[in-house]
Amino acid sequence: MLQAHKLTVAIGGKVVCRELDMVIRPGQCWGVLGQNGAGKTTLLRALAGLHPPQAGEVSWNGMTLQTIARRDLACHLGVLPQNEGGEFWGSVLEYVLLGRFPHRASWFGYSAGDHMIAQQALVQMDLAELAQRPLNTLSGGERQRAAIAQVLAQQVQCHLLDEPLQHLDLRHQAQAMQAFGKLREEGGALLMVLHDILWAQRCCDRVLLQFADGRALHGAAGEMLTREHLEALYQCPLRELAAEGGRCFVPGV
Amino acid sequence: MPPRILFLLLLCAAALGLGFGLMSGSLPLAPAEVWRALMGNGGDTATEVLWQLRLPRVLAAFCCGGLLALSGVLLQALLRNPLADPYILGISGGAAVGALAAMLLGASLAAMQLASFAGALLAIVAVFGLGFLHGERNIYRLLLTGVVLSAGCGAAVSLLLTLAQGEQVKGMLFWLMGDLSHPEGLLFAWVVLLVLGLCATVFSGGLDVLVGGPDKAAALGIAVGRWQMALYFAAAALTVAALQLGGAIGFVGLMMPHAIRLLGISAHRWLIPLSVLLGGSFLVLADTLARTLWSPLQLPVGVFTALLGVPFLLWLLAAGRR
Repeated sequence: MLQAHKLTVAIGGKVVCRELDMVIRPGQCWGVLGQNGAGKTTLLRALAGLHPPQAGEVSWNGMTLQTIARRDLACHLGVLPQNEGGEFWGSVLEYVLLGRFPHRASWFGYSAGDHMIAQQALVQMDLAELAQRPLNTLSGGERQRAAIAQVLAQQVQCHLLDEPLQHLDLRHQAQAMQAFGKLREEGGALLMVLHDILWAQRCCDRVLLQFADGRALHGAAGEMLTREHLEALYQCPLRELAAEGGRCFVPGV
Repeated sequence: MPPRILFLLLLCAAALGLGFGLMSGSLPLAPAEVWRALMGNGGDTATEVLWQLRLPRVLAAFCCGGLLALSGVLLQALLRNPLADPYILGISGGAAVGALAAMLLGASLAAMQLASFAGALLAIVAVFGLGFLHGERNIYRLLLTGVVLSAGCGAAVSLLLTLAQGEQVKGMLFWLMGDLSHPEGLLFAWVVLLVLGLCATVFSGGLDVLVGGPDKAAALGIAVGRWQMALYFAAAALTVAALQLGGAIGFVGLMMPHAIRLLGISAHRWLIPLSVLLGGSFLVLADTLARTLWSPLQLPVGVFTALLGVPFLLWLLAAGRR
């Protein structure tokens, strides 16, 4: 259970959320929506303990993140960053195996079990044939799938995913969402930053709307994903279309 | 190429390189003579030459090459920059200013070594203080601080060179290009290489994670700040040990890790031992050629590392594209 208590987060002098209280429970899937620059990534980094909060605290099962060793935390909490900011020279399989790093028992290399878990994650992300390719020869979407496979291989209870669907084509978006749905059925908790309201409607049961002025609103997905809320959130007129008994929103321009 | 086979090949190359280095010189020795002299029951001159001159020299060359290659691997991981080499953070600049200033004042060899050591230490502390401790840990600030300090030291070195006279200039140029003819502190350098090489291999899994970027590394369980600090000081110690042994020998630290990577091996668990072996063998070969090709004239080894290494790497780069 990942909990934010009176969390205030700021970056470069801009407050991205004020006294936020939220609890991410096992089996829940949270969607975070907001404009560009609203601070979604910063909030996610704060929830992962990668960005120090200005006030308040984030805790994992009742323990403040700062008091937990990174290695122990990495066994429970997985993060998919938007930009890795690094360069990996090895193969796709070696890259996905890094997800096993917090769990590995030996100083040298990874066990057969680790290899098996990494292979499964590759299959889940439709990458089995690319396993031996150097990671830096992959396309943007393939790389994103490799990054997702790495988080899957980490086998954690709580997943913080920053734009997990970026660069993915429709089939692979669905595949990734299926994989996340499976994690949720197995009792995992998820929080994902999304730009696609449709996916938030279909896959998330809780939604957090992050406004540009630092306000945040969260609640059940059905209550949050209304035209009024979304027009205020994106500061843009929306049109509501009915489709297969549901609603979907498109920009009204 | 499978890393295990490459490891065995490089072990053979290291043995061959060391053997070649022991045989060559103004008194050429046959393999059998080298063996007898090593066992201590050969002719007097051969034994003398081997134990007093050649063995320390080839061991120094091997160790120096290994130190530089390892330092290069660690700095490329720390700075997440493939262009990082042992000299990028200004450590060699500080050492050069110290060494050259001592030479200009006509100091003894020991005093010169001490001055270069002091210069390197000053540079390490300055870069660490300015680049690391200030506010948040930003690796680009560290890199920039080092590059700026290097530029300053480069200017000071040019000034010292213009102030120097005749013979002094030659000694200075030899130091700047790298020269293994005074292998002092050999035992210390080997201890540094073996201890840090072993530590780096043990922690190699974390290095693989660390090159993925700070957020990713932290999310996978690395205490990034502590790792960066440890890497910085380990690389600094390796560089200082190499500078003390052979001056500022270029090319080895930058290119040996890339040579191994071009062969398709990038996991640090293999990259570290393979780079050390390749760097050591390579420097033994370069140094042997530097002291024998135009003997009795001895050329600075730094010239040969580039002369030999550039075609080799250009070939690897071209072959890698196929």
